[in-house]
Amino acid sequence: MLQEESDLSLIIAQIVQKLKGSNLYAQLERQAWASLQRPEIKLESLKEDIKEFFKISGWEKKLQNAVYSELSVFPLPSHPAAPPEHLKEPLVYMRKAQGSWEKRILKSLNSMCTELSIPLARKRPVGEQKELLNKWNEMGTDEPDLSLFRPVYAPKDFLEVLINLRNPNYENGDSLSFRTHLGLIQVPLKVKDIPELKEFFVELGLTTGQLGIDDSTQVPPELFENEHVRIGQKVLTEQDSAAAQQYIRQGSPTALRAELWALILNISSHPEDILYYEQLKTNVIQHDLLVDSLIYKDVKLTASNDDYYFVFEDYLYQVLLCFSRDTSVLSHFAYNSASPPKSYIRGKLGLEEYAVFYPPNGVIPFHGFSMYVAPLCFLYHEPSKLYQIFREMYVRFFFRLHSISSHPSGIVSLCLLFETLLQTYLPQLFYHLREIGAQPLRISFKWMVRAFSGYLATDQLLLLWDRILGYNSLEILAVLAAAVFAFRAVNLMEVTSLAAAEKCNFILKIAAY
Amino acid sequence: MAGKVKWVTDIEKSVLINNFEKRGWVQVTENEDWNFYWMSVQTIRNVFSVETGYRLSDDQIVNHFPNHYELTRKDLMVKNIKRYRKELEKEGSPLAEKDESGKYLYLDFVPVTYMLPADYNLFVEEFRKSPSSTWIMKPCGKAQGKGIFLINKLSQIKKWSRDSKTSSFMTQSTKEAYVISLYINNPLLIGGRKFDLRLYVLVSTYRPLRCYMYKLGFCRFCTVKYTPSTSELDNMFVHLTNVAIQKHGEDYNHIHGGKWTVNNLRLYLESTRGKEVTGKLFDEIHWIIVQSLKAVAPVMNNDKHCFECYGYDIIIDDKLKPWLIEVNASPSLTSSTANDRILKYNLINDTLNIAVPNGEIPDCKWNKSPPREVLGNYEILYDEELAQGDGADRELRSRPGQSLGPKGSRLRDAGRTVLTTWK
Repeated sequence: MLQEESDLSLIIAQIVQKLKGSNLYAQLERQAWASLQRPEIKLESLKEDIKEFFKISGWEKKLQNAVYSELSVFPLPSHPAAPPEHLKEPLVYMRKAQGSWEKRILKSLNSMCTELSIPLARKRPVGEQKELLNKWNEMGTDEPDLSLFRPVYAPKDFLEVLINLRNPNYENGDSLSFRTHLGLIQVPLKVKDIPELKEFFVELGLTTGQLGIDDSTQVPPELFENEHVRIGQKVLTEQDSAAAQQYIRQGSPTALRAELWALILNISSHPEDILYYEQLKTNVIQHDLLVDSLIYKDVKLTASNDDYYFVFEDYLYQVLLCFSRDTSVLSHFAYNSASPPKSYIRGKLGLEEYAVFYPPNGVIPFHGFSMYVAPLCFLYHEPSKLYQIFREMYVRFFFRLHSISSHPSGIVSLCLLFETLLQTYLPQLFYHLREIGAQPLRISFKWMVRAFSGYLATDQLLLLWDRILGYNSLEILAVLAAAVFAFRAVNLMEVTSLAAAEKCNFILKIAAY
Repeated sequence: MAGKVKWVTDIEKSVLINNFEKRGWVQVTENEDWNFYWMSVQTIRNVFSVETGYRLSDDQIVNHFPNHYELTRKDLMVKNIKRYRKELEKEGSPLAEKDESGKYLYLDFVPVTYMLPADYNLFVEEFRKSPSSTWIMKPCGKAQGKGIFLINKLSQIKKWSRDSKTSSFMTQSTKEAYVISLYINNPLLIGGRKFDLRLYVLVSTYRPLRCYMYKLGFCRFCTVKYTPSTSELDNMFVHLTNVAIQKHGEDYNHIHGGKWTVNNLRLYLESTRGKEVTGKLFDEIHWIIVQSLKAVAPVMNNDKHCFECYGYDIIIDDKLKPWLIEVNASPSLTSSTANDRILKYNLINDTLNIAVPNGEIPDCKWNKSPPREVLGNYEILYDEELAQGDGADRELRSRPGQSLGPKGSRLRDAGRTVLTTWK
């Protein structure tokens, strides 16, 4: 009991500390001072009266939402004496693996740099700045020569690294037993089994209404849809983050989705936020970064060719170029097993005073990165709002899909969860695919790394991402991947090669489930 | 009815031929005994012309109405709609209601249009009222964006002026009739790009009017960012959405072909603008299609051997108002992408299922009322017979606007939201 209490007070102290530096704190202070003018605030009961005022005016709700938001990303409770690395990643072997993976990425980036003799960063001449400013809304028409650039890495490279992950303290033994894991991931992490998943995802049960299924033409809307929409509107009126998160587990009506996501992610567009975005835009105009070319290349290779997202190509540049200059993103590395790459001012290699993070936000884009942003363009068409939503989605969820960690929503756990589900409940299929050299993870890995963006029709993808927000977990991606295999099991049993298995599953996009 | 359907076509497109072959139909030539002829518009002219025409027998079906140009020629379409509006106004119909500035409340769906050279003076009067406006010149008889250009100065169309002193121009241009319409310079933009809607509408008979809307229409995007700036008036890549034009742009992409499904559009609009306004927009689109068909129904030769699949081009402005730009009698059957091919193949397939019941030798005396199961991706847009008889068949949900006044609660909507808008 005592331990729990001290844990709690530690958490509270940390959150208070965090919020004290935020805009909300300044606003609350101002509101409190202003409220002194009000007749109902009496000196004798000052504290109580101000609290009451906050409750009525909706400020308490805002504070609640902010605290809730912090709790969502707060790392799992740990020992107060734990060093900061433990917050990033408690397991040493994972940390080491992430470190060497990062070294490899950096090496690849640096060698591309040297090969092409392009600096990592340079200041743009004034003429170029003017040109870029004019073209800001149509950067897609710019056709720089990108043929020499290659993506720094692709998901399949990352998969190879994960396959080779081993826990040095774990002895598997050579003999096969019913416990032997037949998949590619060979690290002993705890993943949920079906009973636990059923409990975790209780709102997705067969007897609970879901949008995307129970609102189809054949089902009369009185049964579920109308009431669900009504509740959604109520949640929005109340502006309650926690309620929104609970509500969205059953899916969000299309018209309410943009606001609900903003509420859950605690994004509100204050003038300061718009100003911040404009500042980032200025940074883009003034300096050219090597990663910009990587971003261009990625967008041109992926989103521009996508049936759903090609329309928003220009928005993607506007978001991603600004994203790479946003140093506020660096704070998420406190709970991300990854660390931002360091670069040194020319000629000062190794001297810490001349170290800078590169890119400024510490995130090096890989092949397919722009697909994290693309679906959001269906919801937000105002650039600074779109930007904020994406940034928050990244620092809460997406970063886990490409860093090595033991977190239950980390990609390693997702892969293991996927393979375990398949092996446990579709053993025949799993074995068959393995025999023909088509390990299921090789097919589903890219789906999960991209959170299915580009592999599902947008309306279905958004319903999926509703659940990611609702459950504050990425485990649903592994469950969906396993479900796809279950759905296609009959066809898959007949294929004889990896390529055929891929084709079988490609119809993912066109199939309506 | 033994014997296979004998088909002819003068349009060599795989989406057509594959559909005929999959039904086991037999290809014959024009001179033989044929049952089904998918013809180009030139051919239909010959079949029904006074000199070269011939009578069609009861077991012969063609894919055009004899005088489809009443709807598909830009000048005649406008003429018929104007006539229809005046008629409704004369009979005091609530549909012809106007607002304070004299604009029709429910029937203002075609941009202000004049014929040239006939209405030149009327056009000049209108032009002078708003001299900074842009107008679009379109040749009446052409397609695929050919010959279209934008003007914002009277001098640019001098040669259509009746008072033109250089009469040598007149002889050349009198053969070429043009329409000039007010250019919609505030189109709804998505991702900063202009787009238009291509919707397919099948008409099996005009009197009584029975028409079907294909659920899988698409949006065609321009490859270049839209700008109303006058310097870009000559840049057709900015303004004209025809794929025939966009295909030659530098940025044309052969994977998606610059096309979006109507469902994508719906999802985007519902997410960013709300469900009600989106539902209203789609209701309005159905409304204007039906009204345009009603406008030409009285003058259309309702030959029982005919059916027609039209390509409707619609532009949505930034106030979410749809505008009818034109109707095509021969919508392109060329496929620019793989998805396109699938779509057009299915379009023809569903069209044939409705026009030629059971794929058997047709009898043009049949009642043209196919069972619901064969509709495929079509849904009933308007069925005059059902609407007039009791109309209690709510399942079909196809009602004319006349019985209910205000715009909101009229025609059925495509897809899921049928239930919600209807209730």
